[in-house]
Amino acid sequence: MEALHAVLFIPLLGSLVLAWTGHRDFARDLNVGFSLATFIAACVLTAEVISQGPVFGWHREFFIDPLNVFLVTLTAFVGLTTAIFSRPYMRIEQDHGKMTPRRLRLYHSMYQLFNCTMLIALTTNNIGIMWVAMEAATLATVLLVSVYRTAASLEAAWKYFILCGVGIAQALFGIILLYMAAEKVIEVGGDDALLWTNLEAVKDRLDPNIITLAFAFLFIGYGTKIGLAPMHNWLPDAHAEGPTPVSAVLSGLLLNIALYAVLRFKVLTDGALESPLAGNLMMGFGLFSVVLAAFFLSRQRDIKRMFAYSSIEHMGLITFAFGMGGPLATFAGLLHMTVHSLIKSAIFFTVGHAAQTAGTQLMEEIKGLIKVSPTIGWGMMLGALAIVGMPPFGVFASEFLILTTAMREQPWATPLLLLALGVAFAAVFSRVQSMVFGDATIRPLAHPPALLPVFIHIGLGLLLGLYIPPYLDGWYRQAAGMVGG
Amino acid sequence: MSGLSIQLIDFLAALLLMLSFAMISQRRILSLIHLFTLQGITLVATTAIVAHATGQEHLYLSAGLTFALKVILIPLLLHRIIDRLNVRWDVETLINIPTLMIIGIVLVIVAFDLALPIAKLSTSIARGTLGIALACVLLSLMMMITRSKAVPQVIGFLSLENGLFFAATASTNGMPMVVELGIALDVLVGVLILGVFMFHIREQFESLDIRHLERLKED
Amino acid sequence: MSAASLSAQFLDIVIALLLAPLLTGWVNQWRARLQNRSAPSLLQPYRLLHKLFHKESVLAEHASPLFRGAPYILLGCMTLACAIVPTLSTDLPLAPAADAIALVGLFALGRLFISLAAMDIGTAFGTLGARREMLVGFLAEPALLMVLFSVSQIAGSTSLTTIVERLADQGPAIYTSVMFAGVAFTLVALAENARIPVDNPATHLELTMIHEALILEYSGRHLALIEWAASLKLFAYSGIGLALFFPWGVSEGQSPFAVLYALPVLILKLAIGGFLLAVLETISAKLRIFRVPEFLATAFLLAVIGMLVNNLQGH
Repeated sequence: MEALHAVLFIPLLGSLVLAWTGHRDFARDLNVGFSLATFIAACVLTAEVISQGPVFGWHREFFIDPLNVFLVTLTAFVGLTTAIFSRPYMRIEQDHGKMTPRRLRLYHSMYQLFNCTMLIALTTNNIGIMWVAMEAATLATVLLVSVYRTAASLEAAWKYFILCGVGIAQALFGIILLYMAAEKVIEVGGDDALLWTNLEAVKDRLDPNIITLAFAFLFIGYGTKIGLAPMHNWLPDAHAEGPTPVSAVLSGLLLNIALYAVLRFKVLTDGALESPLAGNLMMGFGLFSVVLAAFFLSRQRDIKRMFAYSSIEHMGLITFAFGMGGPLATFAGLLHMTVHSLIKSAIFFTVGHAAQTAGTQLMEEIKGLIKVSPTIGWGMMLGALAIVGMPPFGVFASEFLILTTAMREQPWATPLLLLALGVAFAAVFSRVQSMVFGDATIRPLAHPPALLPVFIHIGLGLLLGLYIPPYLDGWYRQAAGMVGG
Repeated sequence: MSGLSIQLIDFLAALLLMLSFAMISQRRILSLIHLFTLQGITLVATTAIVAHATGQEHLYLSAGLTFALKVILIPLLLHRIIDRLNVRWDVETLINIPTLMIIGIVLVIVAFDLALPIAKLSTSIARGTLGIALACVLLSLMMMITRSKAVPQVIGFLSLENGLFFAATASTNGMPMVVELGIALDVLVGVLILGVFMFHIREQFESLDIRHLERLKED
Repeated sequence: MSAASLSAQFLDIVIALLLAPLLTGWVNQWRARLQNRSAPSLLQPYRLLHKLFHKESVLAEHASPLFRGAPYILLGCMTLACAIVPTLSTDLPLAPAADAIALVGLFALGRLFISLAAMDIGTAFGTLGARREMLVGFLAEPALLMVLFSVSQIAGSTSLTTIVERLADQGPAIYTSVMFAGVAFTLVALAENARIPVDNPATHLELTMIHEALILEYSGRHLALIEWAASLKLFAYSGIGLALFFPWGVSEGQSPFAVLYALPVLILKLAIGGFLLAVLETISAKLRIFRVPEFLATAFLLAVIGMLVNNLQGH
């Protein structure tokens, strides 16, 4: 209970404090400190949920179950490591003159606020509040993406705001429809009809007509936020033009949270409908995203855009897995979600430093990273190997599970998936190889980069590929049981 | 629920739809803002009628909030923005207006068709409101797509949000207060951020034409 | 077919023929007053007709019989239109013909002949006017039909007399679709009667005129007939508007005196309608000809939306 409050209030407090002091030198450490405190609180919360089962908080408005507690921990963890990474990164940006004290203050404050809104969206039981938190997260990230105030970053932020704003407005329409359906079934009305636990209890009595329409809107809305094609346009721009720590949390966390929202609604929809509408929609959009992203990925010249497309590809894959449903595919989807978060944020950490070292994000101008800074070079190499699904990394395990399930249940989709993964593999690998090896044309950085998070993330990704600890395994199974039915 | 309030709500719903159409066919930014204000007034009236008819006290509060936000605050902000940016001139749409109207009618038919099965089994006050709200949402979306300038796009976004709010009020008798407050806050902050952005975009591109924002393209 | 209904029909036609120029005069007078000009007399249209009837009508050298016949056909069409619109009574012998679609057809027939006649002479203005007139007409007709349909949806019939009876019997209620149809009808009526913002009846500027360009070659009694027909058209449109949207006070033929009671009501309604038309013309600005399709598309759209909303809300 207290742990839940701590998880939500620490980042909020951090945001307020950093709004005053975010431009000072110690703000970077303060940022890490708040993130660390959040992470510790999240760990305590996890322990509570594991030992006591699902917890409610504050008039049942908050609700922690195995599905979201795992995402809470993941979010707090990646939030912490990104804060650690952003310490030297932002210092270098300041030296380069890209960050002024005012921008730094905005950045730090918004970073904590972004964490706070993500955690609220994850832990709330009220789907209305979840929407509000998602929108607030969008607003916070819009400010983060545009923090450099260059023409390109403004363009990216504008696009991001308009597309996601419209998308999330569609989701609100879905929520209104859901509320309409629930009002008829739940007599008490009012606030209760928006609580997910109440909805879940009556899900088989919800009107199928309304739910069909509601899920369509919710899926399109939150799907925009997940970055599913063809609503993905904002994603590469926002990743490429914002500061790299923001790209890391966008890819690693925000997309997950939108997907988590879709999962929650899928549970309700599956309960209300006889037909597998939700699953089919998710498989369709997921597959389309995987294929489209793989081909766009191979045509990118900007390193951050390339990895942004890789995020779309992986999000599509996870959506596809959840769409197939069933315990195994859902298990694989959850595993892939975790590993992708870890590996993709690690990659963005190295990409950030690589781009700083080279002074450009264009891949043809980045060369010989391994000679200039072996840690950056190796980090990027390992990260790339992990993300394209080389064994023994975790991505391999989850992709293998997804593909085998697809072969059994949706055989038509397997060749498309294999083709897309193959294209992505070839593209990412060839590009990264030429950046890591080759003649060095660039000079090392003034401040030592913080690459500890990179190796922790990759290490965890490796660990998950080799061995899943029993409690984590049980945890995934529980969550998969809830979602996959 | 008396027959009169149902008729009034049906009428206001239709009026909202009309205003959405008027927005599509409007070239002048200033008139767009006026239309948006009118939409806000329609919303306030609807909320007040629903509050009166169903006896839900919190809806009066919500009506007051809508009034403060959508009739006074946001239009005022928009006026200040267009004054400062000096963008009162006519703006041509990307597709000619009669064509837009025909597309608009098709959208309305689609929306009504989608909402019809729901309207049939709806127990709430006015049966047709959901279809109209959906139509307004789709029309606003179209408006956002067919405008190339920043201010009309933002007004389209706000009018989309109006459609949603109308759905929430008229089809479900109002969302819970916490959620409504949250939505209102998000909208306000969103408008503020967009307003600030407009100045930055202007600085960077010396124009508010979104068509300048095309550097980031797939190559 | 009783004597009462026959007399009502007769009275209907006579009153239309007599009152139509007065209505035009009324509108013109108010327009002048609202624009701070010294107003012409109410009887000015009669004087004009009188003058024109006593003048020689000059014909172009190559004018065909069509050119000479068109004014008579036009006047006939408009008189018939006025006859089937239930302005005073719904118990009319022509009532079975008073179908909304037939009415639109009558207007179209009149337009067709006057446009052909305008092209007959072969002058540039005539052809230009005919083209513009057809443009307006072909956009206005579907809109007018939609207006009539959306009202007839409520009354359950396309017969004007039935519509008037049904609507007058029901108590006042908010019909969203009727309101939309009302606005749409106003727009169509402005366009069809060559009023601002679509056309200006008081201008002979070649860039803007539509109606005046059509009849530029006419003179003498032909012109008088056309002017009279134009007044009748305005009267018919006012009659349709009143019948659809303010049907109260029309006699339903229970007694022969009911028609006499209906007359002052009609005059009062026309007076208010004419004043509002003058106000509308004063406050709006003339549209460029290329904006006219937009104007009429709006009317069409309003009517269609009215119908759709009516279907959705299921009254």
